[in-house]
Amino acid sequence: MFSNLHQLIGLANDRQVPISEIMIEREIHETGKPRSEIFDTMRSYLKIMGESVARGQTTKSLSPSGLTGGDAKRLADYYESRRTLLGKPGNVAISMALAVSETNASMGRIIATPTAGSAGILPGVLFSLKQRFGWDDEKLLYGVFTASAIGFVIANNASISGAGGGCQAEVGSATAMAAGAAVELAGGTPDEVGHAVGLALKNVLGLVCDPIAGLVEIPCIVRNGVHAVMALAAADMALAGIKSIIPPDEVVHTLNSIGNSMPKEWKETALGGLAATPTGQKIKAQLKKDPYSDKGGERET
Amino acid sequence: MRYRSMFDIIGPAMIGPSSSHTAGANRIGQLARQIYGKTPSQIGITFYGSFAETYQGHGTDRAVIAGLLGMKTDDERIRNALEIAREQNIQFSFHRGSLEGIHPNSVRIELGDAGESLNAVGISLGGGRIELIELNDYNIRLSGDYPTLVLEHVDQVGVIRDLARLLAEHGINISHMEVDRKQRAGQAIAVIEMDQMIDEELLRQIEETKPIFMVKQLEVV
Repeated sequence: MFSNLHQLIGLANDRQVPISEIMIEREIHETGKPRSEIFDTMRSYLKIMGESVARGQTTKSLSPSGLTGGDAKRLADYYESRRTLLGKPGNVAISMALAVSETNASMGRIIATPTAGSAGILPGVLFSLKQRFGWDDEKLLYGVFTASAIGFVIANNASISGAGGGCQAEVGSATAMAAGAAVELAGGTPDEVGHAVGLALKNVLGLVCDPIAGLVEIPCIVRNGVHAVMALAAADMALAGIKSIIPPDEVVHTLNSIGNSMPKEWKETALGGLAATPTGQKIKAQLKKDPYSDKGGERET
Repeated sequence: MRYRSMFDIIGPAMIGPSSSHTAGANRIGQLARQIYGKTPSQIGITFYGSFAETYQGHGTDRAVIAGLLGMKTDDERIRNALEIAREQNIQFSFHRGSLEGIHPNSVRIELGDAGESLNAVGISLGGGRIELIELNDYNIRLSGDYPTLVLEHVDQVGVIRDLARLLAEHGINISHMEVDRKQRAGQAIAVIEMDQMIDEELLRQIEETKPIFMVKQLEVV
């Protein structure tokens, strides 16, 4: 049916339907599940996304490691009480993305979009737009379907995992998915969705996956926040008519080739990048000396 | 294509923080529990590679135990799984292992009880996708993405044919299948991934098919 963005956009244009509809029909065809069941599952996922946004924005719970937590609320307090540099809508998206990522780090319930480490970006973008424009959840659902189509293409032509292709694959695919979803929900064309994907992905190329002590916390949480804004920026640029001069499929392939040529130190091994800094090493050593988790009679084998 | 469904991209619904280190580990535990058939009273867990390095920070230990207790990836009790296991007088221990050539996210699960034991190795492939690659010294491949039959039988001509025919007669499509044997004409295993669950009656018919001596049906995890 489609294996790249060019085919996906072509199908949407030929049929005069949005990208979300092409993905829904593909899912029905592939799984044999009725449309209503697919919607019901996605509806239940969207509900959990909303709950993870709310939980992170209203509580300041620390992660089990004690390394992170409270920043979503910190930013919300800031944008509610002061004039901000970015403006409130952008800050709301950051706060919501941080909220989901902090919920994730503290072993709360989330939806992997596409992964747990990048789970803040799509809900951060979608729920901030919902709040701003008064959209209902049924409308947001179509954004998730569109996002899944974009993630599907990236996953099958490159990678969506930090261990596979660096953070460009993980946070990068989430950013592209959110950018494309935002364009469709805002009334953009399938071509504009494609340009948003290209513009967003270009700006994550080369991003390494370098979590401190291998935990999905530092720098992952703040990357979710900042990239929610990048997704909105790419979406606005595409809606304004700015094009990704390098076709989005070629950007996806570039992501793949960069990911493949990255040394293993930059692919979630905690051996390079920020994880290798003196502070990163210090945090790792402290965690090992003082395991907060139950030991349960551990021995080396 | 490696990814087939939109729910391979959106989802799973899970307890954080890591789809590979938490949700994946939980699913491996769930599969082992289903094969074992009940809540184990003794659990030995050995983590390898990245699992061994970061299992405490990622809650991988809690996630595996939760799976062995039957909790799904989005069960909020995963956080307290060790305490819950302790309350149920389940003995468990964690070990760090090192093995050459094993997948970077691997776990060995050893379950024991009077007379029964299970020894399985699972790998976490990313995004919550997993495979059981070893089961009681058989080499297998089991994803947990489909309803699955696990059968032990005697390695001889016609067993697989009879089985496939029986499934076909009941309109059951096989999506993936693996067989392995310990030795020629010895014990053998078949792992059959299907498009849907089969009913009790068909399961009983398979059980009665000679020389199959064990059959378990596993739900999608």
